[in-house]
Amino acid sequence: MRHHLAQAVLLVIAIAAATATLTMALALNGVTSQPPYAATRAATKGPDVVAYLTSTSQAKKLVKAPGVANHSGPFPVASGIIRFDGRQADVFAEGRTTAPAEVDQPLVTSGTWVRPDGIVIQRTFADALGVSVGDQVTLNGESFAVAGIAVTAAQSAYPNLCNGTHLGPTPAASKFSDACPFPSFKIPFLSGHGSDTVTASSDDVGQIWMTEADAIGLTSKVNPLTTYALNLKLTNPDNAQAFAYDRATAANAPLFSTWQGLGSEDAVLVEDGHGVLEPGAVLLALLAIASVAVLVGRRLSEYARRVGLLKAVGGTPSLVAATFLAENLVLALLAAVIGLLAGWLVSPLITSPGAALIGTAGAPSFSLSTAADVVGLAVVVALAATLLPAIRAARSSTVDALNDVARPPRRRRKLIGLSNRLPVPALFGLRLVARRPRRALLSAANIAVTVTGIVAVLAFHAYADGRLSGASAVTATGLSDPVINRDEQMLTVITVMLVTLAVLNALFTTWATVLDARHSSALMRALGARARQVTSGLVVAQVLSALPGAILGVPLGFGLFTAAVHGGALPPKSWLVATVIGTLIAMASLTVVPAQLGTRQPVAEVLASEAA
Amino acid sequence: MNEEESVLLARGLRKEYGSGEGLVRAVDAVDLEVARGETLAIMGPSGCGKSTMLHLMGGLDRPSAGELWLNGSRIDRLSERGLAQLRRHEIGFIFQAFHLMDELTAQENVELPALLAGRSPREARRRAFQLLDQVGLGERATHLPSALSGGQRQRVAIARALANEPLLVLADEPTGNLDSAATLEVLRLFEDLHTGGLTLVVVTHDERIAATADRMISMRDGAFVDETRLTGSTSGNLAGLIGLGS
Repeated sequence: MRHHLAQAVLLVIAIAAATATLTMALALNGVTSQPPYAATRAATKGPDVVAYLTSTSQAKKLVKAPGVANHSGPFPVASGIIRFDGRQADVFAEGRTTAPAEVDQPLVTSGTWVRPDGIVIQRTFADALGVSVGDQVTLNGESFAVAGIAVTAAQSAYPNLCNGTHLGPTPAASKFSDACPFPSFKIPFLSGHGSDTVTASSDDVGQIWMTEADAIGLTSKVNPLTTYALNLKLTNPDNAQAFAYDRATAANAPLFSTWQGLGSEDAVLVEDGHGVLEPGAVLLALLAIASVAVLVGRRLSEYARRVGLLKAVGGTPSLVAATFLAENLVLALLAAVIGLLAGWLVSPLITSPGAALIGTAGAPSFSLSTAADVVGLAVVVALAATLLPAIRAARSSTVDALNDVARPPRRRRKLIGLSNRLPVPALFGLRLVARRPRRALLSAANIAVTVTGIVAVLAFHAYADGRLSGASAVTATGLSDPVINRDEQMLTVITVMLVTLAVLNALFTTWATVLDARHSSALMRALGARARQVTSGLVVAQVLSALPGAILGVPLGFGLFTAAVHGGALPPKSWLVATVIGTLIAMASLTVVPAQLGTRQPVAEVLASEAA
Repeated sequence: MNEEESVLLARGLRKEYGSGEGLVRAVDAVDLEVARGETLAIMGPSGCGKSTMLHLMGGLDRPSAGELWLNGSRIDRLSERGLAQLRRHEIGFIFQAFHLMDELTAQENVELPALLAGRSPREARRRAFQLLDQVGLGERATHLPSALSGGQRQRVAIARALANEPLLVLADEPTGNLDSAATLEVLRLFEDLHTGGLTLVVVTHDERIAATADRMISMRDGAFVDETRLTGSTSGNLAGLIGLGS
C-alpha cells in the first residue's frame, strides 16, 4: 500500500466525498426546526393560536372561549408596499403599542421596538430587502425609519408568510410547492394606492411591525383595513389544533394559525435542503463507485505480480480475494470515518434555522444508525467496485500473474476497418476504444453521472430564476428568496463536490487509459506516428468514450430533477448544449497532460519495459 | 568505404545516462559506416550498449554527442516531428519481443505503418498481402498474433518493417525469443532480403547469427572493440551454422 499511496489517497477521497454528502443528508433526515422554533416561541411569548379577524368584534367571543388563558390584540394588520434601494415588496404591517405585549412580543435582535415613524422588520425579510437598522424606507409612499429587526413565533418567516393557514403540521409539501397548504384560505391581498394596486397571494410578503397609528395610516379607501391579528395563549397548548379546527369551519370564521403548524412551516427550509442533498448523495455515491472501480482496476493490474507471488507461495484463491478485498475495505472504512467527520462539521450549517428563528436545530443527526448507514455506503461502494476484480485476481493463472500478463485486448473488426479510413489520431483513438470497451463504458458512465448532476443543478437554477422573476413581477422586485438561495448554496456545494470528484475520476480514467495504452503508443511512435498524433489519439479515445455518457446525462439529469422536485421546466437548450460540449472539452483537456507526459518517455524504454 | 555509398554514418557517437559518479556511457565515441545493401551484425554481451546504439540509429533515442547521418542527411539534430518522419519512411524496426498489436491480424499489423504514412487503406492492404506472401505467411494474413508461432510472429514483424520500403532495417535480437527452427526461418528471410539489396543492421549476442552477416562488429562497454569482415556467403549453410544439421 505504501507504494501506491497516491492511489490509496484518491480512493479515500472518492469514497469520503460520497459518505460526507450522505452524512449531511442523514443529518437533515427527520430534523425539524422545532427546537429553534420552541426557543423563539419561548423568547417571544409566542402564541398558541393566532386568529386573523375581519373585525374587532370577533375577538370578544374568542378571548372568552374555554381554554384561553391570555391574549394580546386584536392588532390591525394593514397591507402596503415597502420600497428600499430600488427594491420593493408587499408587506403586512401589524399595528402595535410601544409597550410590550403579554402574548407575542417579537424579539428585537437589533435596534429597538416600534416608535412613531419607526418600524420593525422581520429578520429574513430584512435580509432579503437588504435593510439595516437606521435605514429609511418608504411604505405606500411615506418615509419611515427602520427602528429594529426582530424575529417572531407568531408568523412564518419570509418567504413563507401565509396568514391563517397553519392549522396543523404542514403536509408533506414538495420543496417547491406553494408554501400555503390551503390556497383557498389565502387572504386576497390588496396593496398600494392608485397605480400600485395589485392583487397577490400572501406568499412572498414580508412582515413588519409599526405603531397602530402608523399601520392605520397605511390604509385608504382602496386599501381598507380588513384584518386584525389576535394572539391567544391557551391553558393547554397541546389543544391548539383542536381549538382552531373547532372554530375554523363556522360561517365568517376567522382564519387560524397554530404553533404546531407554524413550527412545521419553519422546517420547510431544512426539509428543502434534504430534497437537494438526498439526490446529491446518490449522484456522488454513483460517481464514487465509478471512481473506485477505475482505481481498483488499475491497482489490480499493478498488483498482478503480487497476486502471483501470493499464489506461488501457497495462497488459495479465496485468500487472494480476501486480501485484496480487505485492503480496499480498510480504505473504505477510513473514508467513511473522514466522511462522517466532514459531514458532522458541515451539518450545523445546513440544519441551522436561518435568520427566521433563534437557537440551533436539534440534531438527531449522529445516531448509531447514521454511522451504520454511512459506513454501509462506504463498504457497498468498495465492495461493488472491488468484488469482481478480486474474484478475477483469485482466478487468474499464477504464471500469468507472475509474468504480469495484461488482460488481452478486445478485437473489434468493424471498428478497426472503419479506423483505416481516418486520420492518424482518429485511427489510434478509435482503436484504443475498441480494444478496451469496458473501460470506455466505465468512462461513459462516469461522464453520464457527472452530466446528470450538472443538468440537475442547471434545471434547478432555471426553475429558481423563473420563480424569482415571476415573484418580482408581482410582489418583490429585486428581492432574493431565502429558500431558493439556501437550496442554491447547497446545490453549489454538491456541484463543486460532484465536479471535483468528476475531475478526479476523469484523471483516474485518463491515467488508466494512458498507462494501458503505453505499449500501443510507443509502438505507434516507433512506426512513425508523431508524439502529437499519439496525444491526440488518446484525447480522441477519451472523448469518444465520454460522448454517449455526456448525451445520456442530459435526460437523466432532468429526470432526476423532475423526480426530486415533482415538476420543473427544462433549462434552455443552449445551457444543455454548452454542458455537453463543455464536459467533452474538459475531458479532452484533462487527457492532454497525462498523454503528453506519457509520450515524453523514450519509445525504446517503454518497449523494453513492456517486453521485460 | 566510400562515404557517399553509406546509408548510415556515425561520427563520435556518444550516449550517456546519469551524471557525476553515476555517469554511464552506454555508447562511447563510436564511429560507424553502413554501406547500402550491407548486412551488419553488432554483437556483444548484455548491457554492452548495442541496443542503445540501434535505438540511436533508428531515431528512437537521441545521442548525447556526435553526429549521425542517414542517406546523406544529418539526423541527430532532427526535431521530434522529423524523427517521426524518419521512422515512418526511412527506417524499419524488428524487435526481439515482436511488438505486434495483439488485437490486430497479421495483415492489419503489417499495413499499419503504411496507413501512418498516409497510404490509402486499399494500397496499404495490397502491400501488406504482398509482404506477407514474401515472408511466407500469405495464408495466415487473417490470423491474430496469438494464433501464430514465435517464428511466424517475427516474420510478420519483418513484413511490417518493410511496409514503407525503408532505407535501413534495424533488428534488435530478432531471434532472441525463437527456437532453432524459427531462427532458421528468420535467417533465411534475412538472406533473401539481403539478396534483394536491403540494408540491415542486426544486434545480437549470438555469434552464429552474426556469422551470417557481411560484417561483424564486437562491442564492449559502449565501444566497438573489434570488426570482422566475413568473406563467405552463408547461403545453403544456414541450418548447419545454427546447429540444425541440414
